[in-house]
Amino acid sequence: MTVPTLAELTAKGETPEIVFWVGCAGSFDDRAKRVTKAFVKILNATNTKFAVLGNEETCTGDPARRAGNEFLFQMQAISNIQVLNGYGVKKIVTACPHCFNTIKNEYPELGGTYEVIHHATYLQQLINQGKIKLTDTNSFKGKKITYHDSCYLGRANNIYEAPREVLQALDADLVEMKRCRTTGLCCGAGGAQMFKEPEKGNKDINVERAEEALATGAATVAVACPFCMTMLTDGVKSKEKEEVKVKDLAELIAEAQGL
Amino acid sequence: MIVQQLAFILVLATAAFFIRKRVLLIRNTIKLGKERPVTGRKRERLKNMLLIALGQKKMFKKIIPAILHLFIYAGFLVINLEVLEFLVDGILGTHRIFAPWLGSFYTVLMNVFELLAVAVLLACVFFLIRRNVLKVPRFWTAEMTRWPRLDANVILFTEIVLMTAILTMNAADQVLQTRDSHYTATGSLFFSSFLIPLFENLGTTTLLVIERFAWWFHIIGILGFAVYVTYSKHLHIFLAFPNTYFASLEPKGYINNMPVVTNEVKSMLGLGTSETVTGEPGRFGAKDVNDLPWTSLVAAYSCTECGRCTSECPANQTGKKLSPRKIMMDTRDRLEAIGKTIAAGGEGLNDGKTLLNDYISKEEINACTSCNACVEACPVMINPLEIIIELRRYVAMEESRSPAQWNSMFQNMETSFAPWKFSAADRFNWAND
Repeated sequence: MTVPTLAELTAKGETPEIVFWVGCAGSFDDRAKRVTKAFVKILNATNTKFAVLGNEETCTGDPARRAGNEFLFQMQAISNIQVLNGYGVKKIVTACPHCFNTIKNEYPELGGTYEVIHHATYLQQLINQGKIKLTDTNSFKGKKITYHDSCYLGRANNIYEAPREVLQALDADLVEMKRCRTTGLCCGAGGAQMFKEPEKGNKDINVERAEEALATGAATVAVACPFCMTMLTDGVKSKEKEEVKVKDLAELIAEAQGL
Repeated sequence: MIVQQLAFILVLATAAFFIRKRVLLIRNTIKLGKERPVTGRKRERLKNMLLIALGQKKMFKKIIPAILHLFIYAGFLVINLEVLEFLVDGILGTHRIFAPWLGSFYTVLMNVFELLAVAVLLACVFFLIRRNVLKVPRFWTAEMTRWPRLDANVILFTEIVLMTAILTMNAADQVLQTRDSHYTATGSLFFSSFLIPLFENLGTTTLLVIERFAWWFHIIGILGFAVYVTYSKHLHIFLAFPNTYFASLEPKGYINNMPVVTNEVKSMLGLGTSETVTGEPGRFGAKDVNDLPWTSLVAAYSCTECGRCTSECPANQTGKKLSPRKIMMDTRDRLEAIGKTIAAGGEGLNDGKTLLNDYISKEEINACTSCNACVEACPVMINPLEIIIELRRYVAMEESRSPAQWNSMFQNMETSFAPWKFSAADRFNWAND
């Protein structure tokens, strides 16, 4: 696995096609790190010229803004923009819908304007371009998969079809949950909820969602967000259905390609 | 006749007086809000207004209520044309002044009105059943206390009564046309004809009384209703239009920037500030309604408390205290309370109460996942999330009283540039694991 940093490439006088924005979860969370690696393997396999920021990357500030700490958000945002603009970054791909939303929608008015693509869309593009070829003997063929819409991809940015097209490329049996697309139920982690215990209630949101996912009878719950990954994995675990796997789109594609 | 005309003008003037008073009061409370420039992209705004307010596009996500609502909506729009004739007749002392002018088309028009009146009547009966007998859950959640429930029932009941008055009036009128030359021929009116057997054996004087009573009842009812609407959730019939026009055109995930903060952050980071901000920066975030953008206040008055937001809210569905509908209702209640004291020459905003804490609790705003399900669900593009974020901003930046775990998250971000407590130097370790 080769993971070039933007600093290395720049030192060699090279410019990457895309900058892969890893995000905090993708960098530090053990489960999300596997998604990061799966996506890097895909980038390597498709000979995509990419770079990461490595230690120069910091939190986009999304949870700070949503928790109300605008100062902290803007400190993060403006620092990141300085780094990105310093390298003259044009195109960013990220596997985190929160990073995606923040950089795409909230950085421009602070001086950071880039083409920002979520990895669901990027994977779909690679498939459409024929750079990812899936054989019809892949392990997901005909298997039931359900897709959980991430709020920050779906309602927040109207990306509903790209992740589904990626799953269809696996030739899997895509089954929808009752609440999907515009009415998809949140995993419970958005709006900085990821970083605190839920308020008092009679049920955890992730358990409610996991039940709905399990009710489809799918063997795999596909996600496209590291927070959804954590929440649904915990939800499925609480229902003692560990034979049902929660996986990111990048992992499914990498696995189907034997990467 | 002249007595009736004078009485009519007096009734009209009284209604106009009260409506004007309420409209000014509502406008004044909306003006308490913070400036929020709504500029450009007029075409897109107009399109939203035409599709979503006029065209009711988002209502059709729930097909049965959408159709019933469409009946009432069409009835409201079209039957108001008849009110125009009422007004002219009332002032000039004429009777069905448009009839001779329109000839047979008048008969067609009146039959259309009657069809709509019957449709409205049936829709209102269905809606009353849905609310009170079938008890659709979203009409019975915690914030649906006595007044909001009563308000809805008053509106539906009034509409039923008003429609009955129209049909009664038309039936009596048709009988009178055979007896009194003052009653201009309307041609046969289909629906009210079914009521004729109730009236045809009555004396002419009795009929005249019934017809006049129904006429007056209908017009006073409508004017009274117009006054009532300004106090009621029913205000959406007007405010849905400006609200959809002023609604944000950004992707739902976008949260508005605070330029005041940008300036401070840039100077802290040693970057030149691009804009100069003059005057008091004011509060960070919102503690009370005057800290919210005026567009959120228009939204609060536009809310008809249908509860689609709350029934889609993941926090509410799992028993948390948060209800996006309550956020809007509380904002309006606060505005109404302030408006009331201002009208009485009183303290207005300085009554010792604030939107945060006295109306909306921290527990409620802390439960939001910012998933935008409420924003997506609203048929008139109200955004409860925007208010929640503004309240959170106040708590975080003015009070520093965010939940302890959020404060830890802030601290982690400040020291290690990630929301979790990991060393910034370890960020890239994943590549070598």
